[in-house]
Amino acid sequence: MKFGILVNEGPFTHQASDSAYHFVKAAIEKGHQVMRVFFYYDGVNNANKLSAPQSDDRNLVKLWGELATEHNVDLVVCIAAALRRGIVEDNLADGFRISGLGQLTEVGIAADRLVVFGD
Amino acid sequence: MSEEIEFDTAGITKKFMYVNRKAPYGTIYALEVLEAVLISAAFEQHACIVFVDDGVYQIKKGQDTEAVNMKNFSKTYGIIEMEKEDADEDEDMDMEWRIIVEKESMEARGLSPDDFVVAVEVIPSDELAVIMAEQEIVISG
Repeated sequence: MKFGILVNEGPFTHQASDSAYHFVKAAIEKGHQVMRVFFYYDGVNNANKLSAPQSDDRNLVKLWGELATEHNVDLVVCIAAALRRGIVEDNLADGFRISGLGQLTEVGIAADRLVVFGD
Repeated sequence: MSEEIEFDTAGITKKFMYVNRKAPYGTIYALEVLEAVLISAAFEQHACIVFVDDGVYQIKKGQDTEAVNMKNFSKTYGIIEMEKEDADEDEDMDMEWRIIVEKESMEARGLSPDDFVVAVEVIPSDELAVIMAEQEIVISG
């Protein structure tokens, strides 16, 4: 199955991004395709490379980036939501790209399922 | 920056639903759902824009945000209404938009259809559940 994923919350206040990460990983391991992960609302904070959690905690920003590199997953950050929250090319983590909201509609149309992670 | 990727969506029309659940200014969800709805119009997809719970306040007439120093975006919902009217009038366009208010949420807050900045369909929650189940993409905020 071809999945699109929408992540609506940032990496630490809510579990949504962790859950999305584990879902994407599991889906790929089962042989499904994840066409795109779109980050919206505070979800854009998942792409902030200045994020520096304590060393004994998971670093979701890095984990997403590694997943993108390993499995060629398209990680897209909404530009309007990102600019509001100070996410720009300068502090964009590896594996992410910034693009328009149309990319969310587009993956909704193209994928078999859009799975939403948020509150 | 990684390379731009595009998917071929030509000729595909899906059913999108946007569920607005929150009051307009306490969180950013209302504004950012609105932005998502407006962008999606360019893709000529079916869309139900739904207001439930405190989300019904998003389209209430007479909003004054001066005291909280926030942008009053309630007038922008008029663009959704225009998109809906365009879709209704253009017979060549396979696009249906609906603006729906959940009856129970509206009544619990002492509101009526006249209180809203756009014309709405008022639908009880059991019927709304059926419409929701028919959707292919549900995005909420």
